Amino acid sequence: MDSTPIHMRPERSFQGLILTLQRYWADHGCVILQPYDMEVGAGTFHPATTLRALGPRHWNAAYVQPSRRPKDGRYGENPNRLQHYYQFQVILKPSPPDIQDLYLKSLAAIGVDAGLHDIRFVEDDWESPTLGAWGLGWECWCDGMEVSQFTYFQQVAGVECAPVAGELTYGLERLAMYVQGVENVYDLNFNGREGADKVTYGDVFLQAEQEYSRHNFEHADTAMLFEQFKMAEGACRKYLEAGWDGGKKDRHLMALPAYDQCIKASHVFNLLDARGVISVTERQSYILRVRELAKACGEAWIHTEAGGV
Amino acid sequence: MPDLLLELFSEEIPARMQAKAADDLRKMVTDKLVAEGLVYDGAKSFATPRRLALTIHGLPARQPDLKDERKGPKVGAPEAAVQGFLKAAGLKSLDEATIQKDPKKGDFYVALIEKAGRPAIDVIAEIIPVIIRTFPWPKAMRWGELSAKPGALQWVRPLHSIVATFGMETEEPDVVAFDVAGIKAGQVTRGHRFMAPAEFSVRRFEDYEAKLFDAKVVLDPQRRKDIILADAKELAFAQGFELIEDQGLLDEVSGLVEWPVVLMGSFDESFLSIPGEVIRATIRNNQKCFVVNDPKTGKLANRFILVANIEASDGGAAIIAGNERVIRARLSDAKFFYETDLKTKLEDRLPKFDGIVFHEKLGTQAERIARIERLAAEIAPLVGADVEKTKRAARLAKTDLLTEVVGEFPEVQGLMGKYYALAQGEDTSVAQAIEDHYKPQGPNDRVPSDPVAIAVALADKIDTLVGFWAIDEKPTGSKDPYALRRAALGLIKLVEDRALRLSLSASFMGAYKLHAEQLIDDGRGYYLYEKEIDGDLTAGWLPYCNEALNDSARRDEFLEEILSEGCRVYLNGRISDEASFEWKNSEEIILNLLPFFADRLKVQLREQGARHDLVDAVFALEGQDDLLMVVRRVEALGKFLDTDDGKNLLAGTKRASNILAIEEKKDKRTFDGAPDASLFVADEEKQLAHAIDEVKREASDAVAKENFEAAMAAMAKLRPAVDAFFDKVKVNDDDAKVRENRLKLLNEIRAATRAVADFSKIQD
Repeated sequence: MDSTPIHMRPERSFQGLILTLQRYWADHGCVILQPYDMEVGAGTFHPATTLRALGPRHWNAAYVQPSRRPKDGRYGENPNRLQHYYQFQVILKPSPPDIQDLYLKSLAAIGVDAGLHDIRFVEDDWESPTLGAWGLGWECWCDGMEVSQFTYFQQVAGVECAPVAGELTYGLERLAMYVQGVENVYDLNFNGREGADKVTYGDVFLQAEQEYSRHNFEHADTAMLFEQFKMAEGACRKYLEAGWDGGKKDRHLMALPAYDQCIKASHVFNLLDARGVISVTERQSYILRVRELAKACGEAWIHTEAGGV
Repeated sequence: MPDLLLELFSEEIPARMQAKAADDLRKMVTDKLVAEGLVYDGAKSFATPRRLALTIHGLPARQPDLKDERKGPKVGAPEAAVQGFLKAAGLKSLDEATIQKDPKKGDFYVALIEKAGRPAIDVIAEIIPVIIRTFPWPKAMRWGELSAKPGALQWVRPLHSIVATFGMETEEPDVVAFDVAGIKAGQVTRGHRFMAPAEFSVRRFEDYEAKLFDAKVVLDPQRRKDIILADAKELAFAQGFELIEDQGLLDEVSGLVEWPVVLMGSFDESFLSIPGEVIRATIRNNQKCFVVNDPKTGKLANRFILVANIEASDGGAAIIAGNERVIRARLSDAKFFYETDLKTKLEDRLPKFDGIVFHEKLGTQAERIARIERLAAEIAPLVGADVEKTKRAARLAKTDLLTEVVGEFPEVQGLMGKYYALAQGEDTSVAQAIEDHYKPQGPNDRVPSDPVAIAVALADKIDTLVGFWAIDEKPTGSKDPYALRRAALGLIKLVEDRALRLSLSASFMGAYKLHAEQLIDDGRGYYLYEKEIDGDLTAGWLPYCNEALNDSARRDEFLEEILSEGCRVYLNGRISDEASFEWKNSEEIILNLLPFFADRLKVQLREQGARHDLVDAVFALEGQDDLLMVVRRVEALGKFLDTDDGKNLLAGTKRASNILAIEEKKDKRTFDGAPDASLFVADEEKQLAHAIDEVKREASDAVAKENFEAAMAAMAKLRPAVDAFFDKVKVNDDDAKVRENRLKLLNEIRAATRAVADFSKIQD
């Protein structure tokens, strides 16, 4: 750590924190991917997690994923809530026997000393109705604050995980606020510089939070979104249908493009939900429709090469 | 005698599952040992976040030898049967079997099987892997490389190591040789995750527990609880505060730490403007911390107590600071919610209830609130409540469900309603009723005392019970998703504690009418009217009848129809069987609800340790639907039956009933009607007849005055006459007329006692 320049230290800069985590997991055998180039609600949606969790092949990857939760927008006025934030995602398949230790060492790498802080694994079972996925695990607490989610995937996209993958999700802003000792997310030091060179999280994202909150709650074009949902759903089904090699259900050639449309439908649904135009009963049926797409994509994936064929 | 030590070491076990898992482990292992003939002196199990442990002491080193007789086929049975028998019994030939004589069914073979007992350690090595594989975790999972294979081990979280040793105190114990999913049992474990992570070897329970303690693990959950409670109290006391004890939280927190370290933190005093209950809920639910009182004011202080899992190198300063930050953020949220809530008047939230379904078959929350308001207004005069205040309270009672604070912390429902009501200047009775209308929620909960609260509490419970009975969603077995048993018990407690006079059937009818009227009036058109006219089934949508509905006579006709016949309701205007359900008629509901109350009353009396069989004896009488009177009568009856007079009268009455039952059966007739005085022969008969007349009159008078003690006292006078009658008089006289007359007299005893209870329903 001593060789790290001050502006790159995880307790000094947001980007330093990210780079430290990437470096750590790269050292532990992960491929370091870049964010998926689509709007998603969580790092789990990245095909490197959702789809790669399925099938027998080993897979270790880590990446940052910008995540969008349109409903969590607060016009930049809440110190903790954002409609766009970063998750750091690690997926290890099969889950290694020392995965908890690996996780704890990653905390040490970003400056959380287990001799000084109270780190706890508190029961939290994970379920994603839209992805047809569930797993068992914990919220990881540091001095009473949830800093990560730790899940052993049991099922994803309706398919049993064999072998089981371990998923770690770090809430980066929260973790950074903790190690930087900052109360308001917008005060985070982004680049680790001081004085005129300092760039804060607010400098980067405050305007975006304000604009997107307006968009998400007031102006998002619902007629277009309803149409987009239908189009994404239709396209997903079309690609899935067309992807079966020779029309036989033993090999699929287009699982990834189909899954993109599933992601799309999911995000469009989240936007519609934020606009409050989906009633309670309809909500359930939309979730079900996305889950059906996810399941069909999972089924297609396990008939691809990376899925184990 | 040897002892067994077992430890199953895993990743963090959910706190809520630990106690049951420890119990299950002990029970499963000891049950299986006993079934194998391995009885033991004692067993105890423990759980920490990372391990389940079991110690069993005083086991035999070997199973006892078994001698067993196995019955075989008849002599001369077909070869296949003989071979099967030999194989099952482990015999080489029939020479090794004996023949047992049986003159009736024919002689047959018997094998004497002598099985030598095996070493206990071998039996244990077979038992434990099976128990691990079939352990009843509420939720279990697979993990790692092996999870790819079918039949992979499932455990609550990944299982890492197993300690299993068996041996005498004086000797080096043996490791029980088995493995489960590649985990080989041994004698190595680990201490605290952070403070003593190194492996170490253990021999038996005594050194296991001691070494764990040295390695910063308190094995016994009770000991961890004791430490937390004592330290938390002391820490609070030392700062001049008083810990608010919380057993549920203590149980949970003790399952989150192996080495409890109790610390105190604080939050900004300005947060104390939030109601204490909200602060407590925030800190408890989200942060699993305790709160403290300031004994001088009796109010919450700006401190909290947290339980960490380590002795930190800085004495806990960083841990406290971290927790304070999180609690500050949480309280800021709570304060924001609270202040936001205060900006909207409770009544302004009402329109939202139109869009919230209470239950698919029972309509919206708005409809429910309207019903409760009307029913509460009907009940108000009966309990001495102001009608206008009652209506106001009922209208506002559910509004806090739409507030931010209650959305976040459902356990403060009602209470927040009271605070918001007071803040907007509502009458104190109205505000109190908003909080209290949910009460009492259990035997130890406070019972409302203000008449307004009582009226709304009764209306809320009756409306719920009648509604769910109408749609036939009664509790079954352990399933009671709408807490209907609790509603009935709450109603009983209200009536009892506040001495309320209430006709159950009249109240049910009142509530039923409101439900039925809504069914007709709500205009969503989902009610299909069905009627048989001249043998043809005529059906019509209510909207078609809407004009008729403006005609109040037609509307009353509909209402009558539903009351007496029930109806079919079609949801969402679709005429299909899937979307429809039966709406029960009023009589059926009342007939079904009364026994439900009788059952609840019995449960309650049983829990209080009182006689509960008397409830049936009282409910068996006609027209028992004034709960308070039922309760009073049961009480008086119980006291009476504790006296000698009571016991003997009960015995005499039962004897009379038994004789009558036999004779009625013999003669195929009953012996109703007054006995003929001219046919009395013995003095005892005359005296009994006289006593019955007198007691009947006195008891009925007393009952009419609701003085059950006096009614029982009158009953007591019957006893000497009954005793003397059975002593001296032979019922089955040779003269048929005398016999009939005496049987009629016996019937009169039974009739007389019915003034207070049906004695035949009382258990001896």
